[in-house]
Amino acid sequence: MSAAAAAASRARGGIAGRLIAIGRWSRANPVTAAGFAIILSLVAMAMLAPVVAPFGATDLDPTSVLAPPSASHFFGTGTFGEDIFSRVLFGARYDLLIGFGAVAIGLFLGCSLGAVAGFLGDPFDEVIMRVMDMLSAFPGFILAMGIAGALGPSLRNLVIAISLVNVPIYARLMRASFLVVKESQYATAAIGVGAHPLRILVWHLLPNTWTPIFVQATLQFGYAILDAAGLSFIGLGVRLPTPEWGVMMSLGIERIISGQWWVSFFPGLAIAVAVMGFNLIGDGLRDLLDPRRR
Amino acid sequence: MAPILEVSGLTAEFPSPSGAVRVLDGVDFEVQDGEILGIVGESGSGKTMTALSVTRLLPPAAEIVGGEILFRGSNLLGLSGREMNRIRGEQISMIFQNPRASLNPLYRVEKTLEHVLGTHRNLSGESARRAAFELLADVGLQPERVLGRYPHELSGGMCQRVMIAYALASRPSMLIADEPTTALDVTIQLQIIELLSRLREEHGLTLILITHNLSVVAELCDRVVVMYLGKIVEEGPVLEIFDRPKHPYTVGLLASRPAVHAGGGDVATIPGQVPDARERPTGCPFHTRCPHAKELCSEQPPAKEEIGAGHAVACHFWREIS
Repeated sequence: MSAAAAAASRARGGIAGRLIAIGRWSRANPVTAAGFAIILSLVAMAMLAPVVAPFGATDLDPTSVLAPPSASHFFGTGTFGEDIFSRVLFGARYDLLIGFGAVAIGLFLGCSLGAVAGFLGDPFDEVIMRVMDMLSAFPGFILAMGIAGALGPSLRNLVIAISLVNVPIYARLMRASFLVVKESQYATAAIGVGAHPLRILVWHLLPNTWTPIFVQATLQFGYAILDAAGLSFIGLGVRLPTPEWGVMMSLGIERIISGQWWVSFFPGLAIAVAVMGFNLIGDGLRDLLDPRRR
Repeated sequence: MAPILEVSGLTAEFPSPSGAVRVLDGVDFEVQDGEILGIVGESGSGKTMTALSVTRLLPPAAEIVGGEILFRGSNLLGLSGREMNRIRGEQISMIFQNPRASLNPLYRVEKTLEHVLGTHRNLSGESARRAAFELLADVGLQPERVLGRYPHELSGGMCQRVMIAYALASRPSMLIADEPTTALDVTIQLQIIELLSRLREEHGLTLILITHNLSVVAELCDRVVVMYLGKIVEEGPVLEIFDRPKHPYTVGLLASRPAVHAGGGDVATIPGQVPDARERPTGCPFHTRCPHAKELCSEQPPAKEEIGAGHAVACHFWREIS
């Protein structure tokens, strides 16, 4: 947040002042603001799906099968007469949940391992990082396919597969960050005035490692959704009739040739928009989180 | 006055596959309660290593292989990490060369100070705020303007003042300042020196000042220790050292000050370079560059000899030279 905007919000106080500050900030950072807007609307969609959606996620209407987009079915209907619009809304719940779950687990495991490796050094460093190298030797999606295939297709296993694939990314970043901040003079200075080692770890080191991790996590959120959709698309993720965007796309894929493009198009659009939203935020977050750039 | 710190035979090495590299070689000196001791020397002379040994902040690769550091009678080298941690801050604080890098960039000055105050003086909330305010006022800053700032919003001199406040927050009896003015403008240097001198007067602080800036030493210190290649070559009261230097290295060091009044002409230099610590000369460490070196100098290390009130020199031929 720019200093001027922050000052304005403090001066005026209340909701009006804050809104003005947000407005000013958005004008200065339109791209990040757009990212936030996209993600917030997706979250709103997910939460309000039962209220907003004209049909249930698994409601079938045998009288209108494969109907094109119209006033009654905004995004048309699918092979079984399901309402694509409603399913896309409900799908936000699943895909955001998968993305969140995968990022949270991957982040937790990766950061813990990376922090141990970076802070304690050898032999932990060597062992942990070589295991991470092994994991990242496989192309991410192939590895996720392998794990999901071995565990069997389900929502839970999908999340596990995607999070495991991302662990090395976080571990490397966290380790690198730790190596840098461990040698920092503010850490030495804090020891020099007698700060407790644990206090230094929690107060001085950890907060200074967050920024790159946070940015990466936001970007990975998008990719996790993409991976989840991909795995579901090839049948290794969630199963029908769950309204997950990837499954919905795969359902409509052979309909594209016969002209019913909407069956695949709208879930695909939802995936693209979500991934783009997270990417937009990721870039802006770095500036936002670093006090030196304020 | 009793010595508050007595360092004797301090020897430190960096172990390496090709043999240990000795960076401190039998360093002995004392610091009296309430005095300002200057440690001077070129880069690589071991002055920073000496300071880091006293606070036990040596890099993990370095190893103290001998000697004693007695602080108020107890050997700091024998303390556990936990006990040492209590000494640091409550008894001995340290400030560094680059003040901005010494402050955590994520926290406002207020937060940084309150953190030390919480650790050492159990202050929190309003009382911590008041103490932080007083500390900043004490180091010559306007507290209301600085408290809410991040380090990157402050100038170098302000950062060093904040750092001094940070180091003094725990009310130590001794402050070790490692080149506190090196990264600052000349005008700001003077202000920091005046501040340190005033703090000594007001708080009875003992100060070890590590510097390669001789004018800072002349300005501030009571006594000086001159180091060369991990050894003390001369020590004594500051006037004595400046007026009657005995060791050829001290003589060279003083002669190489750029003198304003002399006008024009080249600055005198000491020929050659500080030898690599991996290839320490035998005998007197300075003999490779000493204009008076004789055979004996490369064979036998000179012992430190008391030659006057508090004035000691480690040179075989100090009598002949002067």
